[in-house]
Amino acid sequence: MRRRFVKHRLAVCGGLVVVAFYLAAAFADFLAYSDPGKLDAQRILVPPQRVSLWSAGRFSPHVYRLVRTRNPETLVLDYSADRSVEIPVVLFAHGYPYRLFGLFPTDIHWIGTRGEPTESSLFLLGSDALGRDLFSRLVVGTRTSLTIGLVGVCISLVLGVILGAVSGFYGGIVDLVIQRVIEMLRAIPTLPLWLGLAAAIPPTWSVTSVYFTITLIVSFVGWTELARELRGRIMSLRHEDFVLAAELCGARPRRIMFVHMIPACTSHIIATATLALPTMISSETALSFLGLGLRSPAISLGVLLNGAQNIQAVALYPWLISPALPTAVIVLAFNLMGDGLRDAADPYA
Amino acid sequence: MTHRVRSAIGPVARFICRRLAIGLLTIWAISVLSFTIIQLPPGDFVSNYVARLSQTGGVGTAEDVARLRADLGLDRPAYVRYVHWAWNVLHGDFGRSLDLERPVSELISERLGLTLLVALGGLFFAWVFALPIGIYCASHRGSIAEYVLTVIGMVGMAVPAFLLSLFAMYVAFRYFDVDLGTVQSPQYLDAPASLGKTVDLIRHLILPTAILGLGAMTRLFRILRANLLDEIGKPYVVTARAKGMRELALIVKYPTRIALNPFVSTVGLMLPQLVSGSLIISLVMSLPTLGPLLLRALLAQDMFLAGAIMLVLATLTVVGMLISDLLLAWLDPRIRLQY
Amino acid sequence: MLDRAAAVLDAQPVLEVRDLRVHFDDYDGIVRAVDGVSFQVMPGRTVGIVGESGCGKSVMARSILRIVDRGSRVVGGSVLLRRRSGVEDLMQLEPDSRPMREIRGREIALVFQEPMTSFSPVHTVGSQIIEAVRLHSGSSRAEARREAIRQLEHVGTPHPGYIMEQYAWQLSGGLRQRAMLAMALVGGPSVLIADEPTTALDVTTQAQVLELLHSLQHQSGMALMLITHDFGVVAQIADDVVVMYLGRVVEQGPADAIFHDPRHPYTRALLSSMPSVIAKPRARLATLPGAVPHPLNRPPGCAFHPRCASAIPGRCDRDTPRQSVVQPSHSVNCHLYHEADPT
Repeated sequence: MRRRFVKHRLAVCGGLVVVAFYLAAAFADFLAYSDPGKLDAQRILVPPQRVSLWSAGRFSPHVYRLVRTRNPETLVLDYSADRSVEIPVVLFAHGYPYRLFGLFPTDIHWIGTRGEPTESSLFLLGSDALGRDLFSRLVVGTRTSLTIGLVGVCISLVLGVILGAVSGFYGGIVDLVIQRVIEMLRAIPTLPLWLGLAAAIPPTWSVTSVYFTITLIVSFVGWTELARELRGRIMSLRHEDFVLAAELCGARPRRIMFVHMIPACTSHIIATATLALPTMISSETALSFLGLGLRSPAISLGVLLNGAQNIQAVALYPWLISPALPTAVIVLAFNLMGDGLRDAADPYA
Repeated sequence: MTHRVRSAIGPVARFICRRLAIGLLTIWAISVLSFTIIQLPPGDFVSNYVARLSQTGGVGTAEDVARLRADLGLDRPAYVRYVHWAWNVLHGDFGRSLDLERPVSELISERLGLTLLVALGGLFFAWVFALPIGIYCASHRGSIAEYVLTVIGMVGMAVPAFLLSLFAMYVAFRYFDVDLGTVQSPQYLDAPASLGKTVDLIRHLILPTAILGLGAMTRLFRILRANLLDEIGKPYVVTARAKGMRELALIVKYPTRIALNPFVSTVGLMLPQLVSGSLIISLVMSLPTLGPLLLRALLAQDMFLAGAIMLVLATLTVVGMLISDLLLAWLDPRIRLQY
Repeated sequence: MLDRAAAVLDAQPVLEVRDLRVHFDDYDGIVRAVDGVSFQVMPGRTVGIVGESGCGKSVMARSILRIVDRGSRVVGGSVLLRRRSGVEDLMQLEPDSRPMREIRGREIALVFQEPMTSFSPVHTVGSQIIEAVRLHSGSSRAEARREAIRQLEHVGTPHPGYIMEQYAWQLSGGLRQRAMLAMALVGGPSVLIADEPTTALDVTTQAQVLELLHSLQHQSGMALMLITHDFGVVAQIADDVVVMYLGRVVEQGPADAIFHDPRHPYTRALLSSMPSVIAKPRARLATLPGAVPHPLNRPPGCAFHPRCASAIPGRCDRDTPRQSVVQPSHSVNCHLYHEADPT
């Protein structure tokens, strides 16, 4: 009893985190206070900054102006705070222009600096090797990774539902062929396959085409699990009375399948899809991390982590590894939520 | 009664044959797939080669290019090249790496050992830890230890292996001053094989293997625990208890024995994931396994090498799954006698 | 066997359950699965425990051996087992302790309803019987094997050597139940608890198994506790009957008395819902109105009153009936047979 409750609570927490992440993705441009693509040679590898909340006993959030020095011995760039210049940090500041939800042109961001341009003064999570603000890139990258997961799941959902339903409904030779194909696909180590497919993407393609191709590649294997699951359900539903009733009424197989049987498995489909999402997200991240998925100027969590590939660099500039955290959190949250959903859909599974 | 005994042998053979046939079919499909993938990118090795040649200042005449194409058989239709390639592979000839200019079989065999070592090490790790932890959790339901282990299991399953390895490397480098990006300490690099060298190698492999195994382990552990919890409620367990068996002996003998079946079949299904995982961990930690070689071959469109690596990896996986199927048939009389 | 025969003459019960209470936690509260059950099992006799499914019969049987599932616990009462060494209260023993394990199988054996699932599907029947033999005697594998075969022969299975090598799911229902019995009997128990031993069998096999149980009991002088929902089965072999409803005993007594002079309305209803060959042709079988309430909302007072035709308003729905002795060794828990309390 207690474990069910704990599990349930974990699932709800996971669900809340997922919702929070998707909200953040929807308002990504609002949350990103700096233009995530803007290069700045003067602001390379800035460490994360602290925002001081009080100034002379008054509430007045501010950061100090950054002063760049080069260490004469190691030639490493150093940034120090010039304590004499306070740059106020304000809410709902004007920044780079964007369209909210792709519709409403605006330039309001949740925070920004007054007096000096935000792009060169505010670095909550530091900046990357090209002087771009990591926090803003993180927010925008999360949006990309999350949508890739969604689109990928939709594709594998369509494939999985159709093939699984057909396989379970007709049985016989159709089932045999589809099941063998699935078995074969599952026997192939996915990574070499993905690497191969991803390597085949011409470097000249546009960001959008690469995006969709990667989504396709990632969903290529994802559908098998769904198809198997659905096949099992459909097979057990095959002998239910309501299916027989529909058949006796003269409904065509397609109608029986899509109007009567598949809706009966909705909860299963949702649970499986939820569990497939984190796999898609981490696959995309892995591919991009290796440099075979999305490439700059596209921004995704994997692309950001790509900058953290060199371990020496990570040791010197540890903030570069920060995109790992949202990746892990979102994957975990999806898993918890999916687990809970599956339990709810089928307590005996 | 006699026909029962006789038919008990038949199904096993049928089962094995079925599995073998599927395995062979899979390998064939993979060979076609890998060959197709290699053909996908625009251009071919020769155009890449020429491009690189001109970058370094060299010039290839049109005749040179045509001759190179003809030498490599690139002017013939794809299916002819496939048949040719497959025929050679069947005879143990994987061709030459165009990029590294060495026989593919040589390149692969150099790195195959370590690849297998890491993947099987991960599998071993997963098994050795998942089994006792699974049994412990199932028999100590509701305890704090079980709760903690379950949470660790969830985190271990959720965090992708490459993130874990990245993180482990960072921690090792930052706090222990160990560079994990190597398999061998510098002093052993060119040293002949010795006990010290082997120990050194094993020491460097522990972390990648553990990281690889962790993901698989948490998955296995969850499956095992779920199955065990299912089985522990079954009447035959109560029967055994009513016979006067000790609780631990009972759990080990009955439910665990039965929960092992899905366990073994999952190990089979997990092999592809383990192979994938070992590749990506090798890439992150720059272990000289087939992973980095594959990446390099793919990027250079070194088709023979890339195709061969994909084929070898997939074949090994299929063989592994076959073994786990046979193990399953041996373990579970219901499959052995009823399939 | 001689001292067993002597024990039959002895009028001391071999097993006595006193005010046993077993609770378990459910999602919504505590279920009182067994709520103060008392009865005696005499050596060499058969007690039939009768009641609808969910009345706590099986839980009670398992609590006697202390093998209740996790979440359930024995909260009170005692189970006194008469051994050669004296009388022992099983409720005082730790469930997984050595003394308790030695009682299981050797003093009290248990046979379940579903012999199919009561055998492990991946171990041969033989290996499981051998294991039972070896748990209670230090015998070698070979000896244990001979003993197992002897037991299988004893319960009348053909080709015991062949049966030994089979898996439970390869055997027919009757053979499985026989093998199950053989496994239960290897320890030479003085009490055999059979939990719905014939429910999963067809009628012919059912009769065979009952016949077998009866003759085995006759040979060894052990006591038999037969748990069933089927009065027909009880009628065939029981000497004494205990009728349970929602975790409580409503009536108990000798089989003759219960069948020919049932007192509790519930017992009467159960008996009249039984088909009979002497009943008038085409007569409708009586049915019991309503359904067994969920143990969580046990009705106050007499739990049976909502379904009882002769319930006394203001009394049956308020006071829990106490036991009234209607005949020596025949008692009933019903207000109809109990003078109103002076209060």
